[in-house]
Amino acid sequence: MKFIEARKLIHEYIRRDEEGNVESILTALDEVDLDVKQGEFVAILGHNGSGKSTLAKHLNVLLRPGGGTLWVDGKDAEDADNLWAIRQNAGMVFQNPDNQIIASVVEEDVAFGPENIGVPTDEIWKRVEKSLKSVGMIQYREHSPNKLSGGQKQRVAIAGVMAMEPKCIILDEPTAMLDPNGRREVLEAVERLNKEKGVTIILITHYMEEVICADRVYVMDNGKVVMQGTPRGIFSQVDTLKDYRLDVPQITLLAYELRKEGLQIPEGILTRQELVEAICRLY
Amino acid sequence: MSIILDKVNYVYSEKTAYQIQALKDISLKIEDGEFIGVIGHTGSGKSTLIQHLNGLMRATSGGIYYQGQDIYDQDFSRHKLRGKVGLVFQYPEHQLFETTIFADVCFGPKNQGFCKKDAELKAFTALRSVGLPEDYWYRSPFELSGGQKRRVAIAGVLAMEPEVLILDEPTAGLDPKGRDEILDQVAKLHQERQLTVILVSHSMEDVAKYVERLIVMNQGSVLFDGTPKEVFSHYQKLESVGLAAPQVTYLMHDLRKHGMQVQGTATTLEEAKHSILQAFAEKGKPIC
Amino acid sequence: MLRDITIGQYYPAESVLHKLDPRTKLMATLLYVVSLFVFRGAPGFAVVTAALCLVIWLSKVPFGYMVKGLKAIVVILLITAVFNLFLTPGEAIFTFWKLKITYEGLQNAGFMVIRLIYLILGSSILTLTTTPNQLTDGLEKSMKPLNKIHVPVHEIAMMMSIALRFIPILIEEADKIMKAQLARGADFESGNLLKKAKSMVPLLVPLFISAFRRANDLAMAMEARCYHGGEGRTKMKPLKYRRLDGTAYIIVFVYFAIVIWIRIA
Repeated sequence: MKFIEARKLIHEYIRRDEEGNVESILTALDEVDLDVKQGEFVAILGHNGSGKSTLAKHLNVLLRPGGGTLWVDGKDAEDADNLWAIRQNAGMVFQNPDNQIIASVVEEDVAFGPENIGVPTDEIWKRVEKSLKSVGMIQYREHSPNKLSGGQKQRVAIAGVMAMEPKCIILDEPTAMLDPNGRREVLEAVERLNKEKGVTIILITHYMEEVICADRVYVMDNGKVVMQGTPRGIFSQVDTLKDYRLDVPQITLLAYELRKEGLQIPEGILTRQELVEAICRLY
Repeated sequence: MSIILDKVNYVYSEKTAYQIQALKDISLKIEDGEFIGVIGHTGSGKSTLIQHLNGLMRATSGGIYYQGQDIYDQDFSRHKLRGKVGLVFQYPEHQLFETTIFADVCFGPKNQGFCKKDAELKAFTALRSVGLPEDYWYRSPFELSGGQKRRVAIAGVLAMEPEVLILDEPTAGLDPKGRDEILDQVAKLHQERQLTVILVSHSMEDVAKYVERLIVMNQGSVLFDGTPKEVFSHYQKLESVGLAAPQVTYLMHDLRKHGMQVQGTATTLEEAKHSILQAFAEKGKPIC
Repeated sequence: MLRDITIGQYYPAESVLHKLDPRTKLMATLLYVVSLFVFRGAPGFAVVTAALCLVIWLSKVPFGYMVKGLKAIVVILLITAVFNLFLTPGEAIFTFWKLKITYEGLQNAGFMVIRLIYLILGSSILTLTTTPNQLTDGLEKSMKPLNKIHVPVHEIAMMMSIALRFIPILIEEADKIMKAQLARGADFESGNLLKKAKSMVPLLVPLFISAFRRANDLAMAMEARCYHGGEGRTKMKPLKYRRLDGTAYIIVFVYFAIVIWIRIA
């Protein structure tokens, strides 16, 4: 079952001067195709300005495409009547942990989504508890968000989205402002939601290490999808990735460099264990 | 000797219920021209430490000396110190406020008392040294991308011609290419101007690649102070305080455990590569 | 210093006051503030002080924590004191040059200062024992009748709630910006009034921009979570009066009646 089907999406940012004449056109999305199956973990990689965030914002109709078609959860995104149904099922977590927390108490913020969609009070309490447990933040339910770390705040944001019981969560660079510990916390929570609860995950990022556990990876550059495949497949193309201003994890890069020097290391090494085994086999 | 810290202590909210000792008896010597990395978990005192080096924060006890002078002395101008010890905070692009980039970069030198012409000359040089093309200079800061704005902010500090440059996580939020560009630029400045550079970072790989000396902060104290190789060899202790060694260091240790004769102290990709290839060569094994 | 502003900061605790309906607390605070300007003389002062002490004790918020917020208004207190001291007509008890301090002046200054302190402390109790969400929920429910004359009650309540949530964040941001500008040699202290005002530009411009950016982000996040105004919203913590509130209302009305009676008598 397809959750997202996008065909030839176009989005242009048009700059006008004072008289309303067109000064410049920035094509943020240039005929983008995207397919995401229910339950998949899809990562969208790209440097800053590649169009990945713009694409993300189309998936829950925060932005409307200038051309092309988009079907989310079997519903046409162009149809205004579908707006709230789509947003309920395609939740979004943003980059800045503070700027998406609305309430001053953790549990009240997690309740914001359900309150908006008219969930009855008793059910709201159940959902808040379930969501906070699913991200490991239940002990902080009465805390003020101000005292939490970045990673904890992002987990609260994820819980806030989970409380609406969406089929899919889109995360737009959720770890860009976090330290390594925070990044790990968030990714573990996201992975758990995907594996244990079957939530479709679309992760937008420019950190290669986060992409390792994805089912499929899309690479964007200049508004286009330029690479597609499994993490292993993508990671083997180190030079191409460098051209797109991206990087590979140090381990993958080392494997690549050793192979360049003639060592028969297999392509697409992702983890340290794999590289250790590969090298020892040859030794 | 650039900066000496002598048993520096700093306590937040002293004498209240919320008292926190952010710095505990820190004694450090920073020499001219060093390229130092400072790492530590969030809350270890790194930010507090660097804000003491330019006099922004005042130590609760202990002494700080700049070029031999006591910075807490009555006659010492801490205002002047800020021009000598430039501090670039995290997300420095948030401090931009002028209508044009050029005007914003002139802010620092103007505050130092330089006349308009001199300030402009310094801004010119600073913008050049961060590699921002001239046709951007008269634009509003808000028309630029995040990475470009960050370079403008760094130029704003460089325009004061500091002898010491401190950068607090200069690569936060940037994409991989952006990160490389900023760090390469900083390394270049260190080389060309013999600037003393202090880099606070969360990335072990970045730090291993660029710095000559690594200070590890933990709960307000200095845990380790040495070359990256020395520091990362204590990777187990680093892990126990919530840090790590670069990926390659772990790899090398794993290979040694399997009996391979490689350098367990390698901290950069280059070193790891050479060591592995050398091990193969020495064993006489053909590579293909 | 900027971090010490306790206005708007919720202090979690298990107290009687924390359990009260916010509408009860709002009404109580309103009547309390009015009573501060109504009371006269020592007996009135005693009643008001007793009420305040009782409420502080009931709140289980550490007194030291509450008093921190007073530091911010020391200047206002001083100005009030000075104005009242020197500008109140009456029998002079102390004169130098053209300025005279009267007995009435001393009295007025004293009472005004105390009123202000009590005002701040009393209002702080409200925000310390009530989460901003509860407060705005309380205001929203109380002001609901205004909907009939097209006052956007829900939107106002939402705005206030968000403003309260972001006060500490913006204060922290202002602190960061100030430090960054200080590191560039900015001087916020010296100079005449005009110069000081000018020196605030490098602080205020980035702060405003940051506030706008946050507002933009927040609006997107709210829409992403299906916010579409007040229509059809349910509540996690709907406001329901309980017996405790009834008791509280009675106590508050009795208190107010006593203060008025003392004034009239």
